[in-house]
Amino acid sequence: MATVLVLLDHADTGALRGSVLELATAARELAGPGGAVHGVWVGDEPLDPALPVLGRHGVSVVHAVTTGDADPLLTPVLAEAVADVVRAAGATVLLALSTFENKEAAARVALATGAGVVTDAAAVERDAAGRVVAAKTVLAGTWTTRCAVLTEVAVVLLKAGAVVSSHVEDEAPLAPEVRPRSVAVTDRATRVRVVERTAQAPSDRPDLSSADVVVVGGRGTGGDFGPLEALADEVGAAVGATRVATDEGWIGHEAQIGQTGVTVSPRLYLGFGVSGAVHHRGGMQASGTVVAVNEDPEAPIFEIADYGVVGDLFQVVPQLTEELRRLRRG
Amino acid sequence: MRIVVCVKHVPDIQSERALGPDGRLVRDGGDGTLNELDENAVEAAVVLAEQARDAGGDAEVVVVTAGPDDAEDAVRRGLQLGADAAVHVLDDAVAGSDAIGTATVLAAAVRHLGEADLVVTGMAGLDGLTSLLPAALADLLDLPQLTLASSVALADGTVTVRRDLDHATEVLEAPLPALVSVTDRANEPRYPNFQAIMAARKKPVTVLTLADLGVDPATVGSAGARTEVVEAAPRPPRTDRVLVTDDGEAGRHLAAWLLERDLVRTTPATGEVL
Repeated sequence: MATVLVLLDHADTGALRGSVLELATAARELAGPGGAVHGVWVGDEPLDPALPVLGRHGVSVVHAVTTGDADPLLTPVLAEAVADVVRAAGATVLLALSTFENKEAAARVALATGAGVVTDAAAVERDAAGRVVAAKTVLAGTWTTRCAVLTEVAVVLLKAGAVVSSHVEDEAPLAPEVRPRSVAVTDRATRVRVVERTAQAPSDRPDLSSADVVVVGGRGTGGDFGPLEALADEVGAAVGATRVATDEGWIGHEAQIGQTGVTVSPRLYLGFGVSGAVHHRGGMQASGTVVAVNEDPEAPIFEIADYGVVGDLFQVVPQLTEELRRLRRG
Repeated sequence: MRIVVCVKHVPDIQSERALGPDGRLVRDGGDGTLNELDENAVEAAVVLAEQARDAGGDAEVVVVTAGPDDAEDAVRRGLQLGADAAVHVLDDAVAGSDAIGTATVLAAAVRHLGEADLVVTGMAGLDGLTSLLPAALADLLDLPQLTLASSVALADGTVTVRRDLDHATEVLEAPLPALVSVTDRANEPRYPNFQAIMAARKKPVTVLTLADLGVDPATVGSAGARTEVVEAAPRPPRTDRVLVTDDGEAGRHLAAWLLERDLVRTTPATGEVL
């Protein structure tokens, strides 16, 4: 029977990263009746608060892997630990969130296990022949493809928000069995030394890559993100930016949406003073509904906007925020 | 010191890009170019080589690519940007390679060149955007990997990079030889002048086949691919689009439009419970 393994990305505190439960949900479908969903938790962080949550989402076994002195935040170390569990659990599918770190680990897991890899998947399922098939948008969101994995082991990296997470139904919450495992990673994985590591300050806002609603500022903000932040707080959105805005230092680099930054696919994208250069579109074109406000009627973002306003964002945004507040709170 | 830069020839992202019936990228549009993110890789290598020469050492930058005839344009561009020599792996059996297959070919080409002190790549190819290649290449070449560098420095046989991730910023170091991938924040690629373009014409491009590299054709290309595109379709155009000019009320109208479509919740969110 199929065992589907889910990589349990977590923070130093032991908190699961937001979209991990979406992976568990997708994994249940792939495992099918009689199959099993296992998790792989790499690192020394506390597992306790996550366990019942994973259980409710169908994870029956968690492989808790320590790597000795080797730093599991280095992706070659992570890859060796995960590949070891893939083999030990006899997993035929590995699901992970589509982040740059996980892509690096996936490449190395693929070499270690002979697996085929699909990155940035928007959905994953089995076809009639039982093959793992992943859907993804490519070429800056202009094409959609379905990609079949031809190898015995499939590694699929799912974009945050690709799947709506759900609990296991008609079953009492189960506590996953924890299988501690110690992996001795090779010297070749540990030749990089971490001289310095500074964690980003946690934000009260949702994570940009998985947010349901994203408010984005570009050159047209002139560096004033204040009205955008007020709108984001009103609607519970994450705040993102274009390359220009991050290069100008108006907002942190981690807010950059685009081919070389964060890829977002929210239900609602609200872009203000964003021209819609091809690099940016590549990171947001899979968004559900696109709203754009820009003074330039020729801005390319209007070509892909469902609702475009040619106008001054400093007039439109405060009015929009105020009106939403009025209509929602009476 | 030898620095090898692995580059890719991709369709210009400003052009109309398409997939063929086989699910593969159409590469014969004639508007292919050096992957823009690889310009940062070439620039990083050229700057490090210049620094090594300034310090009295020898340094050579070699650009390497694998791909059809057109791919020579990518290494030619690398030469214009300051590389000293180029290698083009040209073999029909390379067609259809996935990231692992491409890494297999490039790893063989790097080995074929002999000792490399540093291998540099861009952070992603702007066609497939998988970002799988740098780590796969490091693994196959058995090199320490320092990826997604926003800055790179060499000193005393050690490479140090700074990298910005979603949740952290890191400084990493490793002894040479090593592999580095750079982001588009690492530098501003130079614009080659007429002199550089003329000089590039005299620089050698070595053409190699899989046989020259000792790579089994069955392990790469479509024969060795581990995934297969089974369906590809252009995204349908958006319909029912609204485009208005602000008459002083656009913010209010937009608010109503969003609420009508339930795009923002009608009651303020209470915060999601895990």
